[in-house]
Amino acid sequence: MTEAEKSVMATRRRQKQAVGEGPLTRAALIAVALAFLGIMLIAPLLVVFAEAFSRGAGVFFDALVAPHTMSALQLTLLVAAIAVPANLVFGIAAAWAITKFDFKGKAFLLTLIDLPFAVSPVVSGLIFVLLFGANSALGPWLDEMNIKILFAVPGIVIATIFITFPFIARELIPLMEQQGSSEEEAAVSLGAGGWRTFFLVTLPNVKWGLLYGVLLCNARAMGEFGAVSVVSGHIRGQTNTLPLHIEILYHDNKAAAAFAVASLLAMLALVTLAVKTVLEARFAGSLAAQRRH
Amino acid sequence: MTPKAISKPPRANWRRRSVLPGFGLSLGYTIAYLSLVVLIPLAGLGISSASLGWNEFWAIAFDPRVAAALQLSFGAALLAAIVNTVFGVLIAWVLVRYRFPGRRWLDAAVDLPFALPTAVAGIALATLYAPNGVFGATLESVFGLKIGFSAIGVVFALIFVGLPFVVRTVQPVLEEIDRETEEVSATLGAGRWRTVTRVIMPGLLPAILTGFALSFARGVGEYGSVIFIANNLPFQSEIAPLLIVIKLDEHNYAGATAIATIMLVIAFVMLFVINLLQAWSRKWFGHD
Repeated sequence: MTEAEKSVMATRRRQKQAVGEGPLTRAALIAVALAFLGIMLIAPLLVVFAEAFSRGAGVFFDALVAPHTMSALQLTLLVAAIAVPANLVFGIAAAWAITKFDFKGKAFLLTLIDLPFAVSPVVSGLIFVLLFGANSALGPWLDEMNIKILFAVPGIVIATIFITFPFIARELIPLMEQQGSSEEEAAVSLGAGGWRTFFLVTLPNVKWGLLYGVLLCNARAMGEFGAVSVVSGHIRGQTNTLPLHIEILYHDNKAAAAFAVASLLAMLALVTLAVKTVLEARFAGSLAAQRRH
Repeated sequence: MTPKAISKPPRANWRRRSVLPGFGLSLGYTIAYLSLVVLIPLAGLGISSASLGWNEFWAIAFDPRVAAALQLSFGAALLAAIVNTVFGVLIAWVLVRYRFPGRRWLDAAVDLPFALPTAVAGIALATLYAPNGVFGATLESVFGLKIGFSAIGVVFALIFVGLPFVVRTVQPVLEEIDRETEEVSATLGAGRWRTVTRVIMPGLLPAILTGFALSFARGVGEYGSVIFIANNLPFQSEIAPLLIVIKLDEHNYAGATAIATIMLVIAFVMLFVINLLQAWSRKWFGHD
């Protein structure tokens, strides 16, 4: 290090001190942040695992392999397997239209995409009850055709799609906005077609943001409670997803079993956050700077 | 009219030309999907609500039990959003400005309420704050405060679900704030507290307000985490979304629709306000 560099570093350090807080304030602020996050966020997470094993590993594993848990798990996986790919295609289409083109009504479209974030999950479920229920305009016709949507698997899938459709679009839009379209324009001017441009130029640029969007969408699809609870009808072994199964076990005074099933979903949440942290550490630039959910 | 508006070239078309393909396909698919998933179902709610008629609508909206539930949902969400704004800004500050061991893990933990299903959070919070729970027993014996199975429990659940909204809106803005203005302020003789409150906070205000609004909006509609920690007594700890579920179970579709419409209208207003805040932020501070 040269003398000039050393002097610059020293000046920087002095400036940092001039505009920073004293060590005591610093320590106090860090302590308050740690305490608040510890009490409000970490403690509930620890309780899930502590309670899951409170009656021993036997009860834990019995709860996981119980037939109703298995059927709930299957339904949850099925719902996510339909909802996430559907929202993936939507997210990419919406992000492409919004970030690569300039058109009127874009702000309105963005607001519409944000809608499920502001609507209560229960209200989201209710709108599908009103649409497909026995008293609705569609109800008698669906009945006649013998199509069951409400209180059956299709209703759960539709409500889940409604709740989770913004996640992937919301992750992609700021990212693609930030990257601009010059690379795509170059590809097109060199003769690449639209699909080729997308798969060979755009997709590699956004893959990590896309992966995180898919993970978030999946976590929410598997964990959605309010909307699914309204449309499911709670038929054990048929229309119970994992979160609904947790509620039933909990109210049956089988708290240890409820927490055992809950620990599955908590693990899913932890994996989601771990992948996100790793992606952010390794690919800081290619994940959206602003995250809003 | 500002000079900027004059120099802007007039646009004949509703969209600007672009060499990139796929506009029709991507926008068409987006609009079709949104119509199918969002607009048509919402229209259904609108039609159901309109068919109620004013008198019936107001009778339901001003029913004392409904009014109490709405009051609790909005009051608890407001309280939780205020707590989250104070601690969210503090946490964002600590995460952006200080370097300490475990910072990255703390940063990751902030997103926990986004990833953890609300039912899981609900039973965990209920267990923690129950009268025989770890926190519940302590708070009751030390402060005589009953959190689990009460209206205060609702606030605690809403603090849990709303915290990341404030941190994640304030954090990126704080990261981009120019340190030079702080140095100028310090050089001109302002103390640290004065610099923070008079120089930094005004620039952060739009982000803080957006975070507050997002946290509030989320709290008003929250269902899963609340119903376990509250004992759901009418007039005491019954939230509006739960009342919708109860009305639906009673096959009282009119009642459920009326409450949902009130909540939906307020949600739309909140979204509108949030978008205005962000436009304001972009205009004055050059970021969102």
